[in-house]
Amino acid sequence: MTPITTLTGTAAALPRANVDTDQIIPARFMSRSRTDGYGDQCFHDLRFDEAGAPRADFPLNDLAQAPGILVAGDNFGCGSSREAAVYALLDYGVAAVIAPSFADIFRSNAGKNGLLTIALDAETVQSLTDMLTDQPAMPADIDLPAQRLTIGPRQLDFDIDARLKHRLINGLDDLAATLQDLPRIEDFEGRYYAARPWAIPQKQTAAQG
Amino acid sequence: MTHPRTTVAKIWDAHRILSDAGSDLLWIDRHYLHEGSHHAFARLRTGNRPLRHPELTFGVADHYAPSAQARATEVTGTMIARLQRNTSDFGVDSFGMGDPRRGIVHVAMPEQGLTLPGLSIVCGDSHTATHGAFGAFAFGIGASEVAHVLATQTLWQKPPPVMRIRVTGTLPQGTTAKDLALAIIGQIGTGGATGHAVEYAGPAIAALSMEERMTLCNMTIEMGARSGLVPADQTTFDWLKGRPMAPTGADWDAAVAEWRTLAPDEGATYDRDVALDAGTVAPMVTWGTSPEQVAPVTGRIPADATPDSLSYMGLTAGAQIDSIAIDRAFIGSCTNGRLADLQAAARILKGQRVAVPLLVSPGSEAVARQAEASGLADIFRAAGAEWGASGCSLCVGMNGDQVAAGERCASTSNRNFRGRQGPGARTHLMSPEMVAAAALTGRITDARALSAKATP
Ligand code: SF4
Repeated sequence: MTPITTLTGTAAALPRANVDTDQIIPARFMSRSRTDGYGDQCFHDLRFDEAGAPRADFPLNDLAQAPGILVAGDNFGCGSSREAAVYALLDYGVAAVIAPSFADIFRSNAGKNGLLTIALDAETVQSLTDMLTDQPAMPADIDLPAQRLTIGPRQLDFDIDARLKHRLINGLDDLAATLQDLPRIEDFEGRYYAARPWAIPQKQTAAQG
Repeated sequence: MTHPRTTVAKIWDAHRILSDAGSDLLWIDRHYLHEGSHHAFARLRTGNRPLRHPELTFGVADHYAPSAQARATEVTGTMIARLQRNTSDFGVDSFGMGDPRRGIVHVAMPEQGLTLPGLSIVCGDSHTATHGAFGAFAFGIGASEVAHVLATQTLWQKPPPVMRIRVTGTLPQGTTAKDLALAIIGQIGTGGATGHAVEYAGPAIAALSMEERMTLCNMTIEMGARSGLVPADQTTFDWLKGRPMAPTGADWDAAVAEWRTLAPDEGATYDRDVALDAGTVAPMVTWGTSPEQVAPVTGRIPADATPDSLSYMGLTAGAQIDSIAIDRAFIGSCTNGRLADLQAAARILKGQRVAVPLLVSPGSEAVARQAEASGLADIFRAAGAEWGASGCSLCVGMNGDQVAAGERCASTSNRNFRGRQGPGARTHLMSPEMVAAAALTGRITDARALSAKATP
């Protein structure tokens, strides 16, 4: 993974709560490979009507380009576990999402792919949303080591999980790191199954109904 | 002496391998795969890594399984074949098309006795919470985590706050676990349990059958929870005993002895407590585009309903729920596609004709066989319903089954998101009884009025 220290771009607001994963990337696009790219499908049915024309009521359609930093409503990313929701946002050009709260699996998927999810209290998010509704595409940047976010004239501190921050700043891959601990994992396995032989599934001799 | 612990804490402690900066590396007992696992396999291949424990990994074709051959597409075929190739290349037992064990992952794996109390269970699917019905700690993960489990059989997790949802009283006649789940979501909201592991407690929960517990734990993800769990008890043990891949003999006895120790300790403390009286639950129907936008069938769409949701749904604030006309109906999914669900719907449909198209897709091949053998399937056919093959079917618009734009569907599935059943589709979530009643009358109908007339 590429290390992330600072992010610079523009910010825009998507003032809706419960933006679910089907809105971020509809299920019918899920058969694509990662390498095909998901940017065109991001927010597909919100962005485009049935004829494929941009919808006038979708705020991000007014922007010249996708916002690097998206300010959204409560419970962002709820719904399915599809990591493609994160791929879609990243491929579309979003590098960070700010919201009062995030769905659990979405947030975890985001962390694995270097999409920053910043939770701020509802009042602050509302004031950022109001500011960005008046003036969309404000310049913004995020300083990850300092945990500081700047949008236009506003400067804010944010929290991030210590382990995730370390991984993101150093561009560390979770899997490679875990494999270094293989001896300890194997040691655990030995003890675990000695105490719980029943936890290994019974082998089937033939397929049974 | 250790301090009193919740069931989640007990399972967590038994699976912790090591800790780092507030996160724990957990051992994973079962890893279930479906067609969506292709991203993770691609990563395994790119990194040239082996799959560490194929014997703890099981695959099944469900999301893209067509409910009728006529609706199979190139994509459904490709996705199913890709799962078959990936699992066979890496030595994983996978229940593909034609395998009698096949079904929706959250229906088929419990049927096979793979889901057991006290286990950590993951799957690249948010409704993995379903398996918590057996007293397992089960949760959905994304593709990166699927790849991590394939390669290491472990996962990094932060200990979640635990929420207890205590349900007292008795579910009134004509209400179901689905109504209970929707009532809880209506009370606490779709973000009400965000990040929490939910433990269900109380006499109303203990009284639920395994099928009902699965329905409830399945819907727990719609409260934002990471997992939902019902501590295992005699109901659980009786259901599991003799399942094809469940422990046998001395292993079974040792397992049950350990499972009995996993009940929450007296005095265990919870990060949050929610209480509900099951006696207040009525048949519930969603009217909007989020499961929290829900009302009793006897109620109305709230006056302050979100205009956005209403315009998508083509409804008006204040409208009577049972005045809403539907275009089609669906019975199935990992929420309500089990035999008991089909039996409940068939009781309403028996001897009657549907007014709108009804698709019934059994949750698994095993459910389909039992429904055929017991005459349930004939009741559906005689009522004019389509009896489809098992799979995710109309729960999600990706396998050839779709609701057309603007059409309104009464559905036993778990999500009423925009576009979930197809672009522009309008979904109303409810119980199997309620979907059956809606299919008969062509509008949302209180099933209790119909079932009074129906003969069991
Ligand atoms: S039935 Fe629906 S919710 Fe369940 S696994 Fe399939 S797509 Fe997901």
